[in-house]
Amino acid sequence: MTSLSPMEESLSPRLELSGITKRFPGVLANDHVSFSVLPGEIHALLGENGAGKSTLVKMIYGIMQPDSGEIRWNGERIIVVNPKAARKLGIGMVFQHFSLFEAMTVLENIALGMDAKIPARDLEARIVAVMSQYGLMLEPHRIVSTLSVGERQRIEIVRALLLNPNLLIMDEPTSVLTPQEVEQLFVVLRQLAKEGCSILYISHKLHEIKALCDTATILRGGKLVDTCDPSVETSRSMAEKMIGGNLKDIQRGAGRTFGEQKLVVKALNVPKDGPFGTALKGIGFSVKAGEIFGIAGVAGNGQNALLLALSGEVSAHDHHAITVGGAEVGHMSAKARRMMGMATVPEERNGHAAVPDFSLSDNAILTGRDRLGMVRGGMIDAAAAWTYAGEVIEAFAVKATGPGAFAESLSGGNLQKYIMGREIMQKPDVLVVSQPTWGVDAGAAAAIHQALVDLAAQGSAIVVISQDLDELLSLCDTLAVINEGRLSPSMKVADARIEEIGLLMGGIHGEGAAHAH
Amino acid sequence: MGADFIIAAIITVVGLTTPILLAGIGELVVEKSGVLNLGVEGMMLTGAISGFAVTVITGNPWAGVIGAAIGGALASLLFAVLVLQLNSNQVATGLALTIFGTGLSSLLGLSFTGRIVAPFLSVFPASLSADPILKVIFGYSPIVYFALLMVPLTAWFLKSTRAGLILRAVGENDLSAHSIGYSVRRVRYAAIAFGGAMAGIGGCYFSLVITPMWAEKMTAGRGWIALALVVFAGWRMGRLLAGAYFFGILMALELYAKASGFSFLPSQFWAAMPYIMTVVALSFISSRGTAGANAPACLGKPFLPST
Repeated sequence: MTSLSPMEESLSPRLELSGITKRFPGVLANDHVSFSVLPGEIHALLGENGAGKSTLVKMIYGIMQPDSGEIRWNGERIIVVNPKAARKLGIGMVFQHFSLFEAMTVLENIALGMDAKIPARDLEARIVAVMSQYGLMLEPHRIVSTLSVGERQRIEIVRALLLNPNLLIMDEPTSVLTPQEVEQLFVVLRQLAKEGCSILYISHKLHEIKALCDTATILRGGKLVDTCDPSVETSRSMAEKMIGGNLKDIQRGAGRTFGEQKLVVKALNVPKDGPFGTALKGIGFSVKAGEIFGIAGVAGNGQNALLLALSGEVSAHDHHAITVGGAEVGHMSAKARRMMGMATVPEERNGHAAVPDFSLSDNAILTGRDRLGMVRGGMIDAAAAWTYAGEVIEAFAVKATGPGAFAESLSGGNLQKYIMGREIMQKPDVLVVSQPTWGVDAGAAAAIHQALVDLAAQGSAIVVISQDLDELLSLCDTLAVINEGRLSPSMKVADARIEEIGLLMGGIHGEGAAHAH
Repeated sequence: MGADFIIAAIITVVGLTTPILLAGIGELVVEKSGVLNLGVEGMMLTGAISGFAVTVITGNPWAGVIGAAIGGALASLLFAVLVLQLNSNQVATGLALTIFGTGLSSLLGLSFTGRIVAPFLSVFPASLSADPILKVIFGYSPIVYFALLMVPLTAWFLKSTRAGLILRAVGENDLSAHSIGYSVRRVRYAAIAFGGAMAGIGGCYFSLVITPMWAEKMTAGRGWIALALVVFAGWRMGRLLAGAYFFGILMALELYAKASGFSFLPSQFWAAMPYIMTVVALSFISSRGTAGANAPACLGKPFLPST
């Protein structure tokens, strides 16, 4: 938290990296990275997607081996051959994408993470002890698939803590948590640090790093660009080091007014598909021309089902449930809805929004064929598609070899820009996008945000479904929260309080809801 | 007369059930590890000829059963190398294994055609195994008791041992298991080899017990029934046992319908019943909204760690 006292500073580092280099085909993921972590220090590893943070910690945790460079542990040079060896040293890791087994119990999941063979009963007692020590409450015999994301993360943390780690690596731990859950997590991490455990905290959320970390190491393009004290830096100064340039703000026209209602959703019900799906219950909201409407919520609360219901991939049985520009489209297919002026961009880029082994030009045909007349007499007008794809590439500054490039050959951010451009340049009356900047670097994210704002300014109604609350707060005019398939009443972003949004996001799972009563 | 008929019927059902039960136990373990091996029929045939050949050569049916297990396991390892090492498509490779096993067993069987061995029957004293009543308990080949013993043993292994937990974890989420530090490939090799061995033993039940001789394609599609059985059982060992006997009864009805001539339904109908029942069971499970909740999440998907 505070700056280190001279006594602490005299401590020798617990972990020391020097000259770590890792090369993948075509990419230098880490280029001579050197830094050290002291005992009890909370050390941030900061950088954009693809800056090399995950690669670096994977080498510390023994999942990958560095091509060159040294790792020192308490002063001794070590080679971490595999995660088991890392755990033996006292290095624990909590992954960004949880390494959990959905169909198994909490206890079984934790047992799988333990190297020593501990009888189930002893393990349960130890788990309960760790959980009460740090206030991480969990039911050991619950099946993981029934737990919220915050609870799942607790499993990972308990699993790591059972090993009595001297270094805990947290890879983007807060990206899926509600603000209240984040606060609880920070309490645990501070307590751990106080007890002498070093924490390596990976994130790109700057206000969290300012609130939590003692030191920040910033990576860009695989290179270490700075090691700084977050308490003296501003969020903006760290962001600019992270992206290596000036941060662009979203440009909005002044004094915007909204037009008539373009999209109205009323009492939309969709039964859940599959054992792990979420049913939509009585969803209702409306979006006016020129308005950007945000739907916040923790992953797995019905966002996917909502997107499918809006796009027409799953049709509502009730005609009236969805109207676009006054016309009832609830029963219509995705194609018919497109013709009515409603476009959608799903969360999954490869395989849902685009066919990975189709060219960009062919991918343009998939959603543009009818609105843009790319099919004549049953035959594809390849030239029209090629031209259109070229226009999208140019307008959205997509880095690709041309309209003939395969979708899968593009980076996540570039493919996302292309897909957004493909829909936006069709000038839809209503555009629904899910996770528009998921896994996209800050530059591309800014471009995507700007494009959405510009489209709204031209009179389209826009719905943004996102887990990134910061994104929604900066982008949207109106906001609602989805939790367990139910949508909260809409609120104006200007009047919204973040605590209230957090409580809505937590729903019945969050501890916060209990406090509110 | 009535009691005799019932005892004869039970013995028929047990005989028909044992091979699919053995192959089903093996395939259940394989699928729990996340691998779909459609080559059960091929492995059963390989086991049938290996078991028969070893018995002819050594004169010892116990050695024959071990030979069948090794033969089935070797055939399955061929599949394992293609699927685990080269990430070939599991469905296509499994089908290829069936075709390969059919051909290989015919080739190996050329010099054994027409040979006969003593059937591998009950090892209990005749006072028990030949008794008109008690033979319903003691009158079977040791393979039958082995199959029945393997049901609780395998269930216990999967549920209560650490190795079983790891095997299920690998089938549930291979990338997570890998990131925690388990060797996904090693676990799957072991599971596939076990599945091959069990299918092999199931196959040799035909060549050593039912008709103690070798004939091409003598397993007559029972490998496919074993595959259906695993799905029918919803990947649960208890239901696998019940389902195997249910299928066994259906297959017995097919035989009786053929043999008696009197039949209110054609024998083909009974032959199709196991598959129809599997579809019905699947529809029933999915209508309850827990579709595949017990199916291993990684079933049939190649393991592609990002390194």
